[in-house]
Amino acid sequence: MIKIVKRDQPSRAIFFFTPVLAIFLTLVAGGLIFFVLGFKPFEALKFFFIVPIADKYGFSELLLKATPLCLIAIGLSFCFKSNNWNIGAEGQLTFGAIVSGGVALLFYEQEGFYILPIVILAGAIGGMLYASIPAILKTYFNTNEILVSLMLVYVSKLILDYLVVGPWSNPEGFNFPETRQFSNSAKLPLLFEGLRIHAGIFLALAAAVISWFVFYKTYLGFQMKVSGFSLKTAKYAGYKGKKMIILVFLISGACAGLAGVGEITGPIGQLHREISPDYGFTAIIVAFLGRLHPVGIIFASLVVAITYLGAETAQIFMQIPKYTGQVFQGMILFFLLASDYLLFFKIKFIGSKK
Amino acid sequence: MIIDIHFIGLIIASIMASAVPLILASCGELITERSGVLNLGVEGMMIIGAISGFALMTVTGNLIIAIFGAMLAGVLISTIFAFLTQTLITNHVASGLALTIFGIGISAMIGKNFVGIPGKEFPVLFEGLKDTIPLLGPILFGHSIVFYFAFALPFITSYFLKKTKIGLIVRAVGDSPESASNQGINVRLVRYACILYGGAMSGLAGAYLSMIYTPQWIENMTGGRGWIALALVVFSTWNPIKILIGAMIFGGLTIIQFHMQAIGVRIPVQFLTALPYIVTIIVLVVISRDSRKIRLSTPSSLGKSFHKDN
Repeated sequence: MIKIVKRDQPSRAIFFFTPVLAIFLTLVAGGLIFFVLGFKPFEALKFFFIVPIADKYGFSELLLKATPLCLIAIGLSFCFKSNNWNIGAEGQLTFGAIVSGGVALLFYEQEGFYILPIVILAGAIGGMLYASIPAILKTYFNTNEILVSLMLVYVSKLILDYLVVGPWSNPEGFNFPETRQFSNSAKLPLLFEGLRIHAGIFLALAAAVISWFVFYKTYLGFQMKVSGFSLKTAKYAGYKGKKMIILVFLISGACAGLAGVGEITGPIGQLHREISPDYGFTAIIVAFLGRLHPVGIIFASLVVAITYLGAETAQIFMQIPKYTGQVFQGMILFFLLASDYLLFFKIKFIGSKK
Repeated sequence: MIIDIHFIGLIIASIMASAVPLILASCGELITERSGVLNLGVEGMMIIGAISGFALMTVTGNLIIAIFGAMLAGVLISTIFAFLTQTLITNHVASGLALTIFGIGISAMIGKNFVGIPGKEFPVLFEGLKDTIPLLGPILFGHSIVFYFAFALPFITSYFLKKTKIGLIVRAVGDSPESASNQGINVRLVRYACILYGGAMSGLAGAYLSMIYTPQWIENMTGGRGWIALALVVFSTWNPIKILIGAMIFGGLTIIQFHMQAIGVRIPVQFLTALPYIVTIIVLVVISRDSRKIRLSTPSSLGKSFHKDN
């Protein structure tokens, strides 16, 4: 007989163990899906999770994909910890990229050390501006931030589309939907010759360090956590709820905007229609998988980044559809949420020792 | 420009046709939310319904199997959500998001082999009566069975919630799961049923898109309609009849795009496409501003987990 008993306190060991369990279960379920689709499960999993990162180039690509995921997820952790459901990071990324791209285009064919910092700053501001919309509507008009932030994703992609097709399109570009290439001074420096990994990774790491400091060493971080546990308690303690909501949205908007900057001034070097393969949505999973903890998020961003690379590799070598990546991402979150059950409940085998 | 009565009738009919998937999905989600569960996976369930319906139609050639198959697919995928939120007591928001991400991925995976295949013609009812009455003819006649069902659904839903015993139970579970439970109602069971019903309706909404409205399979073809359906539920303040009004407004916005372009209005096409999303935000702001009204009409336990200690 199996009996399920409620734990007196959520188990801390299991808190850190369940993400690993979730990844394991995702691999098992993924293998099953491959099997059903008629592929050899182990071979498919190998092409998905090992082959893509087996060499120097692959590892650089992994870091390249993990960078925006980590950056956005760090930002989102501020929102999620304080119970604000910003799910429109994709839009904030896009808008940040638009603003910084616009600034970069202003400096077309100009060189100078001051250009890159201005471009980066513009991206952060763009992301913040865009995130401030759901934040202000939530605080002053009581509007659901989930729906607003999500609707704005669609709007931002249409703005980008309009710009790259219309006013910002490259005059010498034969009507391709893209802008001019940015000047070299507006691009993030590459870290190694021949690899695509760029200095944006330092932005992600800096964000992780700062967020750790804010969460665990400041009064502000404490307030956020309390608000996350119970809004009533936060109110009772006299925290400025509205300011906090706006602040966390601005932080996460800035991070998403920076991720957008990293994409367009890093691997892409210009604005075009598809600047992000849904990093903003995937980062939600990264944030949860990393348990909203900076260190956890760094690891989680690496794990989830593999699903992007794996999907590409598996498509090339085994003709497995590339959307399998998204399926894996969805499953990771399913299994993570499911295994959280073990946090609050334990399974007892009755008949064995009491 | 000559104003042609018949033409106006056709425009209204096309607005209604584009409102159909919104009505179906919103009415389904409304029942789910009335039982206290917030399922953000509408977009995912819809897209699964869309590919399942289209795939079954192409493979079996049987429209009835395809329609019911799409609903069943919606039910199956929502079972994952129900199991997570009700049995494993997970967070509704996160679980719904996972459902949407998963749904979009798996639909694209299944749909890979169905891209570019032309759809089948879906039979319409009362075709012959279309030209008998001016203006009303094209509005009332010559539509698919799903179309008529969608426009009856808000009234059925309203009747169900207000006048039937099961409807009362659903509302009780949503407004106060504790007291409902004390009355001997199995809260978990009711919520399971409401989630699965929402899944069936979202599945049907998706099937309408891929089998009747478009009709073909295009990746990500729901294009945010699931999210607009969620917004409509808030817009309606959980009143099914108002969903009808909201869905017509959004249907109108979708249709206006085409006609504006046809007339040659010089507005960037991207702006017109963005209009439904922008209007959704504006409408949400207007509705939600009155926080007291929202608080009164929102199911009290919406989005909160309920666990009965044994």
